[in-house]
Amino acid sequence: MSLRNCFSSPTEPALLLAAAVFAAGAWLMPAWLAFLLTLALAKALVVLGVVIQMRAGLVSFGQALFFCIGGYGVGLAAQYLGIGDAFALLALGTVAAILLALACGWLLTRYREIFYAMLTLALSMVLYGVLVKSSALGSTDGFNVVPPSFLGWVPEGDARKRTMYLLTVLVAAVVAIGFHRFMVSSLGRVTEAVRENEIRVDFLGISPQGVLFVNYVAAAGVSALGGGLTALASGHIDPDMAIWTTSGEFVFIAILGGTGHVAAPFIGAIVFSVIRTFAIQEAPHFWQMTLGVILLALILFLPKGLWSLVARDRKREVEA
Amino acid sequence: MQASPQFSRPSFRLSAIAAALALAGAVSTSALAADNGKYRIGIVTFLSGAAAGPFGVPAANAAKLAVEALNAGKLPAPYGKKGINGIEIETVIIDEAGGATKQTEEFRNLVQRQKVDAVIGYISSGDCIAIAPAVEELGVPTIFFDCGTSKVFETVKNPKFLFRTGLDAVVDNVAAARYIAETRPNVKSVASIQQNYAWGQDSWNDFILAFKQIKPEVKVVSEQWPKLGQGQYGAEISAISVSTPDLIHSSFWGGDMEALMLQGGARGLFDKSVAVLTAGETGVEHFKANVPNGTVIGGRGPFGAFAPKNALNDWFRPAFTAQFKEPPTYPAYKMVQAILGLKAAAEKTAKAGAMPTAENIVQGLAGLSFEAPSGTVIMSRSKGHQAVQSVSFGEYQFDAKSGKASVAKVKTYAGECLMPPDGSNAADWIKAGFPGAKCN
Repeated sequence: MSLRNCFSSPTEPALLLAAAVFAAGAWLMPAWLAFLLTLALAKALVVLGVVIQMRAGLVSFGQALFFCIGGYGVGLAAQYLGIGDAFALLALGTVAAILLALACGWLLTRYREIFYAMLTLALSMVLYGVLVKSSALGSTDGFNVVPPSFLGWVPEGDARKRTMYLLTVLVAAVVAIGFHRFMVSSLGRVTEAVRENEIRVDFLGISPQGVLFVNYVAAAGVSALGGGLTALASGHIDPDMAIWTTSGEFVFIAILGGTGHVAAPFIGAIVFSVIRTFAIQEAPHFWQMTLGVILLALILFLPKGLWSLVARDRKREVEA
Repeated sequence: MQASPQFSRPSFRLSAIAAALALAGAVSTSALAADNGKYRIGIVTFLSGAAAGPFGVPAANAAKLAVEALNAGKLPAPYGKKGINGIEIETVIIDEAGGATKQTEEFRNLVQRQKVDAVIGYISSGDCIAIAPAVEELGVPTIFFDCGTSKVFETVKNPKFLFRTGLDAVVDNVAAARYIAETRPNVKSVASIQQNYAWGQDSWNDFILAFKQIKPEVKVVSEQWPKLGQGQYGAEISAISVSTPDLIHSSFWGGDMEALMLQGGARGLFDKSVAVLTAGETGVEHFKANVPNGTVIGGRGPFGAFAPKNALNDWFRPAFTAQFKEPPTYPAYKMVQAILGLKAAAEKTAKAGAMPTAENIVQGLAGLSFEAPSGTVIMSRSKGHQAVQSVSFGEYQFDAKSGKASVAKVKTYAGECLMPPDGSNAADWIKAGFPGAKCN
């Protein structure tokens, strides 16, 4: 049996190869770049949550809700339950988000279009409001998350950030492969059918609401994972994680990367972070404008996102 | 659509993108890390958003002015030496907007990519708390010049590289409570209006705790918590008006503070109640006749309108006013103070004419007492990493004939009167009745 048959599609070895390149880079790249990529990959997980909802025709303007739940889940568990292990913390944050999504999902999946966008936004702003009014949790200042241990191992100095980076790459790779399988599975493909013609899906005997519900919960889980990784990497959480502009940024990156492939959010998030940091450095007074113009140009010339650069070439090859 | 059958192409492309990105980053670092023999200071302050106008931009302007004057060797004694220890200063300015997570990322970029020798910055308390551990991890001398949270040195208990040359917000409110108790002994009831976020919540807690400690008979008649940047305070003003307080305490700052004073003044809110604004100093030049005389204002230390007369202030105030067409407010004073602290530390310990090392700065600044336009600053708290200074409160006075605003009936409280001793929590210290406070 050849290696090819082990994988359901050529994407998976590609993702593994990319993950290996990123992991190897941990010892080669400068420390600031590793930190930037850690946050970008964590952010990409949340964007992936936005993207799978977009594939079903739903735009979530409140994905920051689960990003924040993941972050605060990690922070609160570390602070008040005394849990120090990164894996346990991430799992706790993710489970908390999934439980919340199970409750909210029944309500939200009844709505479509602008109503869905507004309701998701409203829920995330409720959490924001509660956190801002919680003086005990530091209100808008938030609080710090102590550096975690990794299965009993507590790295020091440079190794700490490198381990965090490698953990993020690992999680991102596993999630990317998992979501790739989900997206090409029959359930994943039905989400696109729901976007195109919900009534027809219903008549084919599949419950669109059920499909969307599963999709919503999966998006919540992966977003919380991104929030948890962000909290562990940056060592700080605050209510800004839940504010609507944070959600807006996720939607923006989703559009920037495109929705065509599981790798698109990762490319989008990395490109966004790199452009932003150099815009801040080169034009401290005009970085928002620089960022805006570059991103506007990208969207004008690549309406299907950065992924269309890859997809277009691939299509040409097939035709040739 | 089925995935295309090719195996190598897309995988090759994906990894090529990853590699290209990594390479692009690596190339730009090496280009930037050029060692140009200048002393590089990272300056982080709000250049956009609500805090930019009243705080960030005046602070950035002050940094520009001070660094240019230092590089030209034009500062009065004891800062006559060119640049920092004779080495030319170069600044790297970064916008503080965008939240704490982004700021931790950009702090690392400043240190590891831009290779700055020291960082001066941070107005937002959330940013300070988030960055404090990173300062110690990366080991670059960092001075927080403005943020007011008392949690900085609770987060980093044994600071080595982290300093704060400004005061925390607790001392402002203890001073405000003392000022009101001394100048308005008849105050029986107090109302509060604060922006509903950490700064507002902490300020009110500290003030009412201290005020009730000094005057236990005081009653709180109304607490209003509009959100940050709300701008319209009609409902809150009505609620406070009907509660007829003797005193209105507010930690509002910037545009919100000026809006509240304008709207409240128009509704006669201050006819029977006196307002105490702990961050009111930034409005002195804008209030004109719209704010009643006698409004109590503070400047978070002996800054701006409260600054003493000394050679450094005689240089700073006119130079700033001439260059930026507006007198310097407290954030501008605090920025210059941080830069001068860094310079004084370097010149105390570094070999004459040599590039100051991180070790030089850290050893020099801990426990240092240095001169600034606001007077003498003593780094004597939190193991020599937290500044102690006096705090002044006074009454706003506007002279309609000359069109000039000033502060009158100024009272200045020494740091020893307002700050808890090292190692004790501010709230516990206030509740215990300010043990060890030395007031004159």
